[in-house]
Amino acid sequence: MSHLEKDTFGAKLGMWLFLFTEILLFGGVFILYSVYLTRYPKEFGLGGKQLDLVYGATNTVVLLTSSLFAAMSVTAIKRGAKTATLTLLGGTIGCALIFLFIKYLEWSAKFHHGIYPNSPKLIAGPPGESIFFGLYYLATGLHGIHVIIGSVLMAWTAVMVQREVLHAGDNVTLENVTLYWHLVDLVWIFIFPLYYLIL
Amino acid sequence: MSQETATAEGGFWSDSGKTGIGSWIFSTDHKRIGLMYLYCVLSFFMVGVLLGVLIRLELIAPGPTIVTAQTYNALFTVHGVVMIFLFIIPGIPASFGNLVLPIQLGARDVAFPRVNLFSWWLYVIGAVIVLVSLFTGGGAPDTGWTFYVPFSARTTTNVSLAVFGVFILGFSSILTGINFVTTIHRMRAPGMNWTRIPLFTWSLYATAWVQILATPIIAITLLLVVTERVLGLGLFDPSRGGDPIMFQHMFWIYSHPAVYIMILPGMGVISDIIPVFSRKPIFGYKMIAFSSLAIAAAGSAVWGHHMYTSGMSDLGVMVFSFLTFLVAIPSAIKVFNWVSTMYKGSISLEAPMLFALSFILLFSIGGLSGLILGAASTDIHVHDTHFVVGHFHYVMFGGTGFAFFAAAHYWLPKYFGRRYEEKPAIIGWVLMFIGFNVLYFTMQVLGMEGMPRRYYDYLPEFARLNFVATVGSWIMVAGILIVLWNLWRGLLKGEPFTGNPWGGASLEWSIPTPPPTENFEEDPVVTHGPYDFKGAGVP
Amino acid sequence: MTNESAEHILSYGKLVTVWVTLLVLTAATIMVTRVELGVWKVWAALAIASIKSGLVIAFFMHMKYEPRLFRIILFVALFTLAGFIGGTFFDVLYR
Repeated sequence: MSHLEKDTFGAKLGMWLFLFTEILLFGGVFILYSVYLTRYPKEFGLGGKQLDLVYGATNTVVLLTSSLFAAMSVTAIKRGAKTATLTLLGGTIGCALIFLFIKYLEWSAKFHHGIYPNSPKLIAGPPGESIFFGLYYLATGLHGIHVIIGSVLMAWTAVMVQREVLHAGDNVTLENVTLYWHLVDLVWIFIFPLYYLIL
Repeated sequence: MSQETATAEGGFWSDSGKTGIGSWIFSTDHKRIGLMYLYCVLSFFMVGVLLGVLIRLELIAPGPTIVTAQTYNALFTVHGVVMIFLFIIPGIPASFGNLVLPIQLGARDVAFPRVNLFSWWLYVIGAVIVLVSLFTGGGAPDTGWTFYVPFSARTTTNVSLAVFGVFILGFSSILTGINFVTTIHRMRAPGMNWTRIPLFTWSLYATAWVQILATPIIAITLLLVVTERVLGLGLFDPSRGGDPIMFQHMFWIYSHPAVYIMILPGMGVISDIIPVFSRKPIFGYKMIAFSSLAIAAAGSAVWGHHMYTSGMSDLGVMVFSFLTFLVAIPSAIKVFNWVSTMYKGSISLEAPMLFALSFILLFSIGGLSGLILGAASTDIHVHDTHFVVGHFHYVMFGGTGFAFFAAAHYWLPKYFGRRYEEKPAIIGWVLMFIGFNVLYFTMQVLGMEGMPRRYYDYLPEFARLNFVATVGSWIMVAGILIVLWNLWRGLLKGEPFTGNPWGGASLEWSIPTPPPTENFEEDPVVTHGPYDFKGAGVP
Repeated sequence: MTNESAEHILSYGKLVTVWVTLLVLTAATIMVTRVELGVWKVWAALAIASIKSGLVIAFFMHMKYEPRLFRIILFVALFTLAGFIGGTFFDVLYR
């Protein structure tokens, strides 16, 4: 283990440790969610029914698919298939953009109905409802920011693959970026049922 | 040597041929980054000390003395924010950790040198943002360093920018933690198995885990304060169904473990210094290493003991009170082991050892007064009084602060190649120790008598003790100034410091002074433990 | 030090299988929560979400092929989060 040799194991270990911090960051939101769900089950139920299941479910499928592409891109680069890697990364970013677009449609529909942070409708409504939508915007907003960061990272990795800085022999950066992307997917796997489906 | 300018020579100071400022602020060398952290945290320490002196000066007599009530609120807020987020949390891990940890493991650098540099930059950016927040917007925050809602969500002072700065500082702290955990797992020299890791590095390992797992919670909590202020999400607003106590939970889920981010590295410093100056192997190596992990784990489950009077459920109070007592066990294990190490040792009372010894005493007083606060029944009486202020200064300053100075006297000569003078160091230490106790023990008495914390004015019967405490602060500050001046002068112009004068057996004492950029000329092979003085061949 | 298991390459077929399973589970979670199960809905949805994330972690994120250290520390992180939530509920549930 000379200091000059690249330590793939160490790089991945560092990335996982970073992912833990992301898990706990979203964990903070889930702590609040669980506490307020036990306090306002009815209002959360009513709030959840106002969310659009079609948008939510579509986005789940889109994000799962993007995760598949990301995982496949790791396989591709390890097999030395540069074009396939780039195509798959493109697919991942494409899915991310679709996800963001659907999110935009969903949010604008909500805004249109007067449901946005601090809106008069929420202030006038029952307290639990305001909390539900507050958490909804917090969780999906924070998640959305991570989708954007992840897409930028993906694009940056794609450039490095194109320039063959990353290749079959050295691809831990790509692996780490896809790990980040899967984490974004993981968070959504929990957001979807907790906000769109429950109650 | 002839130069009067502030430069040390040799080793990593010059062997790369680069000495300009760019070779420092863009350096990925852990030693340079460690020193840059050191200069920063020391500067902020002095800012914090100044603010503390002003607070004490205001309290020297009842009624308005030197500042207005609003300024007073800003003073104790900024004193807390600066001391906690800019000094103690990065204080030992980021400065001495960076300086010492890779060498103690037999590595040439940390696992991610560029991330390490990035982390320092984040620290600087976060610090600048915090400083800017004091003079812009509605002025310096006046919420106390705890940023409790609902006040922090409503005050017109510049809370948003300040908490954003703290958010960035948290990111910096996380990156340092990730770096250290990876370094300890991956960069150990051949033969450096887990039971040969020096206890300072062990303590940083436990600390790093807390940094990784607890800091994100404060990040999201502070983000929520900002969203509360900017977007009005209402998550902590009772009129909208929110629960302000949830803020306290989330704040302390980080901020209590953060106490262990502050104290664990200090304990590690002491564990390294005591055996060297007792000329005896450490007593109970494995228990000390294990107790660091135990403190980190148990310390992450006791945050509720800050909230006994908040309106938390009675069951919650009892559970958290019980768990709090558990933390005393690993802490006591450490104290017993340090004392046992000294038993029948050949103790030499040099400056690092004096600071280490006072750490044990002051930390024990702080720890025991902590039990009074941890027990719900007694806490109710002294909650939010000067007793609490005295308690945490005993632990944070008497503990971590004194450990910081112990580390400075122990390790810095190694990196500068010059040493301070012993006599002023001891005089400074005596003044610090006396002033410290006059100041903070008096505070604890005041708290017992009922003087609340964070109050601008107080009843006449508290006047005498407040006067005594303020005088104590002057004595302590005199000591601090002597110690720092002596270090400053000695490290730059003092007698040469070569070889291994303390007789340490861990790896940092086996390399040239100052260490070369690459630390080791060839990869070391470790054949003995960190406190095996015979194995290391030191007398 | 290159780790042998780190070089394990997952085939496209296996990844697609995992993806199909994830889609099936997504459909399952939607259907389950359309049935009136009361409080159990929450637990059913969380259970399915946990299985899904288990699959993502094990295969997409290669956890199945990483050294044991990774699984231990993942457990530590999740346990810590569970502890934070659990500790909060000692207050919230009994207030």
